[in-house]
Amino acid sequence: MTKQHANWSPYDNNGGTCVAIAGSDYCVIAADTRMSTGYSILSRDYSKIHKLADKAVLSSSGFQADVKALQKVLKSRHLVYQHQHNKQMSCPAMAQLLSNTLYFKRFFPYYAFNVLGGLDEEGKGCVFTYDAVGSYEKVGYSAQGSGSTLIMPFLDNQLKSPSPLLLPAQDAITPLSEPEAVDLVKTVFASATERDIYTGDKLEIMILKADGIRTEVMELRKD
Amino acid sequence: MFRNQYDTDVTTWSPTGRLFQVEYAMEAVKQGSAAIGLRSRSHVVLACVNKAQSELSSHQKKIFKVDDHIGVAIAGLTADGRVLSRYMRSEAINHSFTYESPLPVGRLVVHLADKAQVCTQRSWKRPYGVGLLVGGLDESGAHLYYNCPSGNYFEYQAFAIGSRSQAAKTYLERRFESFGDSSREDLIKDAILAVRETLQGETLKSSLCTVSVLGVGEPFHFLDQETIQKVIDTFEKVPEDEAGEAGEAGEGEAEAAAAAAPAEQGGGGAGDQDVAPMEM
Repeated sequence: MTKQHANWSPYDNNGGTCVAIAGSDYCVIAADTRMSTGYSILSRDYSKIHKLADKAVLSSSGFQADVKALQKVLKSRHLVYQHQHNKQMSCPAMAQLLSNTLYFKRFFPYYAFNVLGGLDEEGKGCVFTYDAVGSYEKVGYSAQGSGSTLIMPFLDNQLKSPSPLLLPAQDAITPLSEPEAVDLVKTVFASATERDIYTGDKLEIMILKADGIRTEVMELRKD
Repeated sequence: MFRNQYDTDVTTWSPTGRLFQVEYAMEAVKQGSAAIGLRSRSHVVLACVNKAQSELSSHQKKIFKVDDHIGVAIAGLTADGRVLSRYMRSEAINHSFTYESPLPVGRLVVHLADKAQVCTQRSWKRPYGVGLLVGGLDESGAHLYYNCPSGNYFEYQAFAIGSRSQAAKTYLERRFESFGDSSREDLIKDAILAVRETLQGETLKSSLCTVSVLGVGEPFHFLDQETIQKVIDTFEKVPEDEAGEAGEAGEGEAEAAAAAAPAEQGGGGAGDQDVAPMEM
């Protein structure tokens, strides 16, 4: 007797790609704005980037309903933190909170592939990359989502990240300047859009620096 | 109020239909240092007197941010007030989470009042010994409420609670009809003047009071010492009673106090290094 399988899934994948790159005093977080289901497009203008705190910005691809729920939980928890500590959460603190929140639902996970970008307590850029259940790592750059397999190898090639196993630990922060990093992001998305059907329409880039956040939008191929 | 045989626990009625424990709780509010609230059509100002236990200690926090659009000032057992503020914050966050919109002030005070009522009808509990002035802004405008330990709540244009609050109330009664159309600056000035009334003779310095504002387009925040001092200077310029010396001495003191006073509730971030440990 073969096992009966569900004829319905609680999850859906809305596609899209997210990238973040950490610099010496900035962090670039970017994501495309296409939201899809199956082979259909739901929206050409849906933002996958969400500011959680002054110095922490989250970008998530995957199942956007779960992403939205996750964002709401983190936003509420951040408010509680602010009431208790009288200050905003730092990026590393938010990184740990996100990990704990994801693992909390270890047995019915948030279908969200997250990249958290921001500035650490010293003002240097930091990027944290996650899996769906909260396993995370501080890295110099990361890509998640449907176009990640196309983008990651190229970033590895261009940003020449040191092995995370090295001792003493080497900083993965890129020596690139901010305009160079933004340019690199635009390039990788343009390439990913060519071959990944779920990535395209528009590219939203957030550049986080000590004095504030700047947003740029670039058109991508719409096919 | 005198001791009697009906005041031992909160679940005992007196023959005249009073719950003495609840009334004693309201006495605790009257003993606390003064807190004042006033509102216009678009803004709410909460102010309080900072009284420290001794010269060595810092003063207690009596005004709390509940949300961007709601603040609360307390008088009485400040520990009870702190706990209730935490409850209010959590209510505001939960409402925001569920309805993606700010909690209406009227709903919040009802939750608070119901919570207070529970403590007046359980033999193993005691009433909260704190009065709360809840000020907030929602779709229906600016509101100021007073929540009692009894579980009652009332809406006000302006109100004062705590010790020597009658002096402030007298001042507010004379002026409240004009508050509705008051500008933000006039409202703040009236709040500080009301605080001055409760000090009854003591020179008003910015270190002696805490003032918070919220309004249309302006999330809840504390005014810093400088701003408060500037407002005080507009009416304390005229030296009181005796010679100009007394006035000058008062102002000199005020400046020194303003400079020396740590960034208590105003700055948040950087200013907290020199705050006494009790503040946290």
